[in-house]
Amino acid sequence: MLALNNYLILSAILFSIGTIGVLVRRNAIVIFMCIELMLNAVNLTLISFSHYLGSIDGQVFVFFIMTVAAAEAAVGLALMIAFYKNRESIDVEDVNMLKL
Amino acid sequence: MESIFFLIVAAVAVLSSILVVTCKNPINSALSLVMTFFCLATLYVTLDAPFMAVTQVMVYAGAIMVLIVFVIMLLNIRVEAVKRGSHAVFAGGAIGLFLLFQTVWFLGRGTLSGATGTMDRAQVVKVGHIELIGKALFTDFLLPFEITSILLLAAIVGAVILAKRKI
Repeated sequence: MLALNNYLILSAILFSIGTIGVLVRRNAIVIFMCIELMLNAVNLTLISFSHYLGSIDGQVFVFFIMTVAAAEAAVGLALMIAFYKNRESIDVEDVNMLKL
Repeated sequence: MESIFFLIVAAVAVLSSILVVTCKNPINSALSLVMTFFCLATLYVTLDAPFMAVTQVMVYAGAIMVLIVFVIMLLNIRVEAVKRGSHAVFAGGAIGLFLLFQTVWFLGRGTLSGATGTMDRAQVVKVGHIELIGKALFTDFLLPFEITSILLLAAIVGAVILAKRKI
């Protein structure tokens, strides 16, 4: 059996790549996809802990994370469509309407 | 054998997630993200969680990614014209690498402890994975499950109100 740390380090790498994507990219939809990537890295952590601790609870948490991700996808994409209607762009640099 | 399989799947997952960040065209990013999701589903199978793998493919690679691709095509987004300045790329990369270094450092020092349960491969095969999850979901986690339904209701109403032109 593989050591737990293999899975945790893979998950850490995926999470860091997602973080870099959120910080570096300007397209709001790509940022959104990077957030999904980070959520999936956390899911991998939870499932591997669930396997190595012999408990089903971690997998139930993954269900709730998936639900939150689905709700986030629906609301986030609706926000992007509303923003695109106003500004003809989904570049995050253009999101400055609350600025004085 | 197991570790070679893990290495291959992990390498594909990391490569395709790097493509998600580096691709200029959002459609290519979305397709690489689907690839990452499939790799993670494969890892879930090796971790004795076959039902989670199926859910991952159906919910993430199916529903959520179709929604994202649909929005990308609906908005007809052009390829990103102006890249972010090199300072921002450098700062973002440095923060991400620092996060990775920190996590790996802590992982190297930590050990697995805490109460262990009784679930193992034999039980998953004997009882069935869906039965185990269903039992936990509808007994120990009944209240969170009900709250989740309210969250989904709020998301439906919010999405409709945000995307509608006139209410």
